[in-house]
Amino acid sequence: MRFKIISGSGIILVLAVWAFITYTGMVGSLFLPTPTAVILEARKQIEDGIFFQDIWISFYRILIGFLLATLFALPIGVMMGTSKTWKAFWEPIVGFVRYMPVVAFIPLSILWFGTSDMQKFFIIFFGVFFQQVIMIADNCKTVKKSVVEVGLTLGLNRLEVIKDIVVKAAMPSIWDTLRTVWGWAWTYLVVAELVAATSGLGFRIMQAQRYLSTETIILGILTIGLLGLITDTIFGLLAKMMFPWHEKEKINN
Amino acid sequence: MNEHLLTATNINRIFVSKQRSFTALDNINLTIGNHEFVSLLGPSGCGKSTFLRLVAGLDSASSGSLQMNGSILDKPGRDRGVVFQQYSLLPWLLAWQNVAFALKKEKNMRSAEKKELAYHFLDLVGLKGFEEIYPSQMSGGMQQRVAIARALVIKPPLLLMDEPFGALDAQTRRDMQDLLVTIFKETRSSVLFVTHDVDEAIYLSDRVYIMATNPGRIAKQIDIHLSDDKDWSIQLSEPFINYKKEILMELKQQKKNVHQSK
Ligand SMILES: Nc1ncnc2c1ncn2[C@@H]1O[C@H](COP(=O)(O)OP(=O)(O)O)[C@@H](O)[C@H]1O
Ligand SMILES: [Mg+2]
Repeated sequence: MRFKIISGSGIILVLAVWAFITYTGMVGSLFLPTPTAVILEARKQIEDGIFFQDIWISFYRILIGFLLATLFALPIGVMMGTSKTWKAFWEPIVGFVRYMPVVAFIPLSILWFGTSDMQKFFIIFFGVFFQQVIMIADNCKTVKKSVVEVGLTLGLNRLEVIKDIVVKAAMPSIWDTLRTVWGWAWTYLVVAELVAATSGLGFRIMQAQRYLSTETIILGILTIGLLGLITDTIFGLLAKMMFPWHEKEKINN
Repeated sequence: MNEHLLTATNINRIFVSKQRSFTALDNINLTIGNHEFVSLLGPSGCGKSTFLRLVAGLDSASSGSLQMNGSILDKPGRDRGVVFQQYSLLPWLLAWQNVAFALKKEKNMRSAEKKELAYHFLDLVGLKGFEEIYPSQMSGGMQQRVAIARALVIKPPLLLMDEPFGALDAQTRRDMQDLLVTIFKETRSSVLFVTHDVDEAIYLSDRVYIMATNPGRIAKQIDIHLSDDKDWSIQLSEPFINYKKEILMELKQQKKNVHQSK
């Protein structure tokens, strides 16, 4: 409870500063709109039906891109984290590509996929996949040798040890990895939508820039922040549901 | 033909790294008979765990032979149950699930049956009523009880225990020793027990191998003959104290030798 008040007061402080410098006219409304203007813009967008449509389109793109990346990153990351051979195979590829800036691939991606959803999936996949692989491999490496040996002494073979022990033990930290990377996926999506899209939150922001409609821009940014916060909270709640044992461990330590 | 369950012959284990090679076990010979409780006793670093890991199949000897029932031991197997010093429960499983996990390979057993068996063995180690909690909610003593139940549930002919009570407080430790005494009267498995506690070794064992360090080797072997119906009070009896004297003298002698060789 105490911490909720503290978190709340942080947000209120920022809002207060914003309100103060805009309502008093210290900063012109062209540069930074008032809270009222942003709320009115939100109402207008909701009435026009574009507000939730934008959110849905952007969310859908992230979800698909992210799920695709996770689908491949999970087995490859686990392979890298549990086998020296597979690590030797994947590491040069993953290590090399992950330092290539995704943003630099946007022009190429447009050439390949146009401004379709496919292009958004590609950018998100590209931005997220290699990081996921490296981080998931690390998550697996931190599993204690002692629990692995328990599996061996109980007669499990290598594959069973990986499936029934390493992955299970690493799951809470893998989940944390996904949670962190999900946040990055938002950034890549918006970058992709800013450059080449005809819909979505990033597109709305880009379009608003042409008309100097700063309240639309601020609304878009706030919406993205809020969506991030909501999804992050959901990740946290799901972790509590899926890994009750892990929560209890944390409290003990 | 072979009356021994386990026979270790001329076992060496040399750890080789870039800088040096280190002899952790030097020519170890020992046997464990059926229904025998055998302890390895010695100062920290004398290679007790190294030897136990060899028997468990988690490590291989540099030379020598290790046989169980006449066949060579070179990988882990369900004919040996292992209880580690600590932190060996799977934290995402409830107490009973940890025990039932040992039965994973029993393809013909129904899961209800596994659960029933797990409950039974938890009862055996005194954890009735604690079946549905996670390891993180248990004390160290309770965790070790679960670990023992897990090792027992597959009914291995040989149980390997590496300082299983080393991390427990004195009282809990005594309780666990009595628990072991009771359990082994029933199950009659053979046990290889690692400890650096002299009283514990005498109290529990039929035979004690005293090890010395640098290189790790067996310095002396003492057969223990105490009543089968022992309880803790036997630790005050004369035979017990005589064994203790003999062992302490041996350990003291080892220290002297080390000083002289310096
Ligand atoms: N994997 C290893 N690599 C190198 N040295 C090791 C390894 N395992 C154990 N040792 C060394 O072997 C010796 C015996 O270790 P250990 O068997 O754990 O002793 P104990 O269990 O009797 O305390 C120690 O000096 C230890 O440093
Ligand atoms: Mg040890």
